[in-house]
Amino acid sequence: MADILLSEAEKTFILHGVRDNVRNDGRSCSEFRPIELELGLVENANGSARVRLANTDVLVAVKCEIDNPPSNFPDEGKLDFFVDCSANATPQFEGKGGEQLAVELAALMSRAYQTRESFNLSTLSIIKGMKCWKLCIDVLILECGGSLIDAISMGTKAALADTKIPKVSVIGSDEGTLELELADEADGREEPLDWHHAPCLVTLNKLEDSLLVDASAEEEACCAAALIVGVSPNKKITTTSIPGHGSFLADSKIFARALNLAVDVGVKLNTALEAAIKKHQTLKPPPRGFLD
Amino acid sequence: MEVTDVNIRLACDRICLPAVSENEVQKLFTPGEDIPTCAGFMRGHGTYTEGEDLKASVAGVKEQVNKLISIKPLKSRYNGEIGDVVVGRVVEVQQKRWKIDTNARLESVLLLSSVNLPGGELRRRSSEDEKMMRKYLQEGDLISAEVMNVYQDGALSLHTRSLKYGKLSQGVLVKVFPSLIMRRKNHFHSLPNGAAVILGNNGFVWICPASGLEHQEDSGSAGGFIQDLEKEVPKADREVIARLKNCILALANSKMMLYDTSIIYAYEESMKFTVTELLLPDVMVDVANLTQHRLHLDIAE
Repeated sequence: MADILLSEAEKTFILHGVRDNVRNDGRSCSEFRPIELELGLVENANGSARVRLANTDVLVAVKCEIDNPPSNFPDEGKLDFFVDCSANATPQFEGKGGEQLAVELAALMSRAYQTRESFNLSTLSIIKGMKCWKLCIDVLILECGGSLIDAISMGTKAALADTKIPKVSVIGSDEGTLELELADEADGREEPLDWHHAPCLVTLNKLEDSLLVDASAEEEACCAAALIVGVSPNKKITTTSIPGHGSFLADSKIFARALNLAVDVGVKLNTALEAAIKKHQTLKPPPRGFLD
Repeated sequence: MEVTDVNIRLACDRICLPAVSENEVQKLFTPGEDIPTCAGFMRGHGTYTEGEDLKASVAGVKEQVNKLISIKPLKSRYNGEIGDVVVGRVVEVQQKRWKIDTNARLESVLLLSSVNLPGGELRRRSSEDEKMMRKYLQEGDLISAEVMNVYQDGALSLHTRSLKYGKLSQGVLVKVFPSLIMRRKNHFHSLPNGAAVILGNNGFVWICPASGLEHQEDSGSAGGFIQDLEKEVPKADREVIARLKNCILALANSKMMLYDTSIIYAYEESMKFTVTELLLPDVMVDVANLTQHRLHLDIAE
């Protein structure tokens, strides 16, 4: 992510502020900036969501494909994550600049969804051992302003909530080949996924002895270490990651404190996200889109 | 640590800007649009001729002075004029000068001969001074300076030859569009709530505790390069600074002009919200509306 130049005095100001629990914009250390959510923007995808977190803007789309199930789990489907850092976000992402970050983010998301508790892959199976659904989750980063993985995880959960998979039935087999038929309009063409246990990832930045939730770009430039924790709604941790060069070993208690804080924040985030998604699904508003 | 509830809004609840509108809406020209002209016109900035027609090359409003027609763009990089006060960040230390980022098309230049040496001596800069340059100003430092000269290619030459200019100490930098900063006689304001504000013409606004600016004037003999990093800013001052930052961003969001009166009114109108509430878009529009209303009442009197 972009490097920001800060003077020593500015960094000192931020540091003292964090100690007093009053950040540069008046937030406390565990407050998020305002988040905006919209579902169903991409019409030709099976499900989509857009999340705006201050100046971080992420668009997630889910597309379904029929594929062969993995040989070691024949009665399960697949989840495939792909992250695209567009050059719109920062000039550093031009060409191959954003590739490393994209690969890291995709790997992190795959790990967060690895456990069967967060997303039950067996619901994606069509015919055991032969055909299954593969959900291709594509993330497009439009603008990059801190808390990137938080926005991506929220967008993924919301997009999965918006996804509707076509109902498929098997009609006979002609000499070994199977024929699949999509259900009629009358029977109910599509069914939703069970997204309620999907995790939300929370980034915690460590600045001396304090932990910051949703750090702005200036605050990130002052922090040495960060901890990313994937938290599911039932308070379980699905994955952790420590990106960058910093370490949490300086003080033995701070790592435990960080994990506890991340779980608390993650649960609150999951609750708020579920409420917003339910509100969207009941209101069914017309798409607002990108232009104001 | 107590965790506050997260607030997630839906896009359908988004408030459309601008809620602040003038009585007469000026005609906006988009690039490529024809400009109605008179005979014998002269072409100014932001326009080009295609055949016989005069067209706009930037998005903006038309400015006409007698026969000179030009388009003033709504959003552009900072174009410096001599005498402007700017706030800039040092990006490079070169042989006899510093390169400063002032949100202009080219990096501005601060020559070694244009700064006050610590000790306030007036002497010829020696080679030792050149080697000590990094001790005065490093990459990342923020300074307030005045535009001394504009080179032919458009780059600005700055100077800090007065006691009120120099390196900036603890505080917060806010970036807004340069066109929103009103040109005034004084750009250094000490507000009644205990904070001081420097409105740089280039769109960089510096907010710091009032003691910060006074300190700079007291240590005048040092030429404004000494910083007190040990001193901790008290919590009350910090909240004032955070509130001011959010008010300035609220005014800038609604494209209102920034000057001392508008900032003071916005601060007073924002007192009915908490500092974190000022981050919500509907509250920002609310504050801008109330400030606009109060400014209109002022003009009406």
